[in-house]
Amino acid sequence: MSTLPLLKVNDVSKFYGSRIGCRNVSFELYPGEVLAIVGESGSGKTTLLSCLSTRLMPTSGIVEYHMRDGQYRDLARMGEAERRFLMRTDWGFVHQNPAEGLRMTVSAGANVGERLMAVGDRHYGNIRATASDWLERVEIGVDRIDDQPRAFSGGMRQRLQIARNLVTSPRLVFMDEPTGGLDVSVQARLLDLVRGLVHDLGLAAIIVTHDLAVARLLSHRMMVMKDGAVIEQGLTDRVLDDPREPYTQLLVSSILQV
Amino acid sequence: MNDLATYNFAYLDEQTKRMIRRAILKAIAIPGYQVPFASREMPMPYGWGTGGVQVTASILGPKDVLKVIDQGADDTTNAVSIRAFFQKVANVAVTTRTKEATIIQTRHRIPEEKLTEGQILVYQVPIPEPLRFLEPRETETRKMHALEEYGLMHVKLYEDIARNGHIATTYAYPVKVEGRYVMDPSPTPKFDNPKMHMSEALQLFGAGREKRIYAVPPYTDVVSLDFDDHPFEIQSFDKPCALCGAEDVYLDEVILDDKGGRMFVCSDTDHCEDRRACGHAGHMLAHQEAAE
Amino acid sequence: MATPLVVSEVAKSFTMHLRDGVRRPVVANVSFSVKAGECVVLGGPSGVGKSSILKMLYGNYGVDEGQILMDHDGKLVNLATAEPRTVLEVRRTTLGYVSQFLRVVPRVSALDIVAEPLQARGTPLEEARAHAAELLSKLNLPRELWSLPPATFSGGEQQRVNIARGFITDHKILLLDEPTASLDAKNRAVVVEMIAEKKAKGTALIGIFHDEEVRDAVADRILDVSLFSPRKAAA
Repeated sequence: MSTLPLLKVNDVSKFYGSRIGCRNVSFELYPGEVLAIVGESGSGKTTLLSCLSTRLMPTSGIVEYHMRDGQYRDLARMGEAERRFLMRTDWGFVHQNPAEGLRMTVSAGANVGERLMAVGDRHYGNIRATASDWLERVEIGVDRIDDQPRAFSGGMRQRLQIARNLVTSPRLVFMDEPTGGLDVSVQARLLDLVRGLVHDLGLAAIIVTHDLAVARLLSHRMMVMKDGAVIEQGLTDRVLDDPREPYTQLLVSSILQV
Repeated sequence: MNDLATYNFAYLDEQTKRMIRRAILKAIAIPGYQVPFASREMPMPYGWGTGGVQVTASILGPKDVLKVIDQGADDTTNAVSIRAFFQKVANVAVTTRTKEATIIQTRHRIPEEKLTEGQILVYQVPIPEPLRFLEPRETETRKMHALEEYGLMHVKLYEDIARNGHIATTYAYPVKVEGRYVMDPSPTPKFDNPKMHMSEALQLFGAGREKRIYAVPPYTDVVSLDFDDHPFEIQSFDKPCALCGAEDVYLDEVILDDKGGRMFVCSDTDHCEDRRACGHAGHMLAHQEAAE
Repeated sequence: MATPLVVSEVAKSFTMHLRDGVRRPVVANVSFSVKAGECVVLGGPSGVGKSSILKMLYGNYGVDEGQILMDHDGKLVNLATAEPRTVLEVRRTTLGYVSQFLRVVPRVSALDIVAEPLQARGTPLEEARAHAAELLSKLNLPRELWSLPPATFSGGEQQRVNIARGFITDHKILLLDEPTASLDAKNRAVVVEMIAEKKAKGTALIGIFHDEEVRDAVADRILDVSLFSPRKAAA
């Protein structure tokens, strides 16, 4: 319990001209913690995710990351080389559309191996062994290692994207609607897989989703966003079972019970 | 001297040559880095060596001796045309002999004979960006060069091994220059890659359509990329040259008839002739002489 | 040894914004404590707030005012105001909960569902599974079901999986929400026996039992929740 937060977010706002992307968001994320950011389209959750993952520069506020050397670094002041290095080693980013996160014209094995090669791994045999190990972990047949993701189904592509991100044992993974656009049965399998991996690897994750079931299954803690601001946050089951804010109550009551 | 050579020596006007020389100097200062330059229209189509010709035109002086090769040969269309072009517009001496040349413009080969200090090798380059086929965004590849993010280059080699069991890239084989920039050595066979390493001659690369110039100064580290368990290897040939009997040279396959007859001969024609002049003979030549 | 659980002046209400912001008070001035080895049963008519109290104790419901103090690894934690990660930490090591219904996790076998809380506390998988198997056989869950995900199990079977999952760890505080509701007499007796074992080990238990026979068998004390009715408190 005495561990330090992995990510410290202090009063982050992002404006697009006079339009608000997100405003005054503050929170801390601890190692191994999974945070879900929920809200409807346009609520600012993706903007916030982009600001946290350095894909966008916040208009104001500070995002600090606890580096492996024990120092906190202000992400906005980090040089681009260092930031990109961080993104492909200590971080992962899982896009909603796997085509954005994968190289569609290189084989599954190379997709997984790329990060290893990027950090200087120069042994083909080892890279391939690690890649097949990861394909197995995300339930892709090892016989598909030389196939391109173009030939994969949506669910397989998403699982490949996850393997590609996790191969360098990152400590923090960002996920943007990871199950969006997938069939329900495929979603269930993916969620189960992500849940297991996050648990086994002790990953911290920030998951943006509009699907409360995804939030319930994967996250420890959630933030509800509306009009760019966080209106309610807390333990996931507390927010879902005892929502306080009018908007959260509306959101929770809108779930179809099956 | 003919009129053309006195009007604008070596075809380009002086301002253009200065601009290109500045790009060349910058390229030499940053080995392997692709320097953008304002490539001019040349009296030949793109793909015929417009980049190389502009570099040659900018460094050529009246006392230079020029050699032009195309796939190692001095006598193919591209080589003959470019040689004739510079004879006309610069009135320089030309040669086919590697030893005698001060500037050698080449398309896709490095001469077999070791180049020496003072010589300049000018490469014609079609696509200078080694990362292009894996990352089509120019903004991104430039950033990758700037930040030395070259993992992607190994992805290409990985794919090669995964598909073929070995690194099947045989030409335009990527190299790392002076431990910093990854560079496309133009579509030379990888057989020639080791010759670039610590070369005594200055090597200049010009890509006309892509508007890039890059360079490898003399005595520079040039390392071919590879994996620990799949080290870089050059091609080897089973037989020596059919004409001069040379081993350890790059050979071209020549089809002799429509019955499957073929022979392998030196790709470097000057080297082959030189050896024959010195009395070396391959088996085909021996047959011919026996027949005569 | 510190009292494992002290509840002090807790109040809870729901504000239903979708119904013009109607505020519905649930309980007020809830104060009680549970000693180690004691089993307190929440009593009173249905709708009086028994389940809500249990959910507040678990951190599942927010608390308007008051304190819920727990002895967590020798430290006093106020669950009413604790950070989410503290609540999760308390749940992992100090506070167990057997709910009425099993929240089914897709694709995970019954055995692993039961073993999971032990595993989360660092017990090796095989050891945790062995312990889980022990509990499932004690609760008479047919062996052929162990390797199946419980989604298709009957209510009674699911509840037994749930009970085994709740009882597998040695949490100091255990919350029981109608754990015997859909069990037959034989399995009810097993649960009564398991509760007695927990008490003997010094676990503090708080439960809701509608079955009088079970309630009488396990309860040291029955706490009438209607005492905490907000109307009464206001009066």
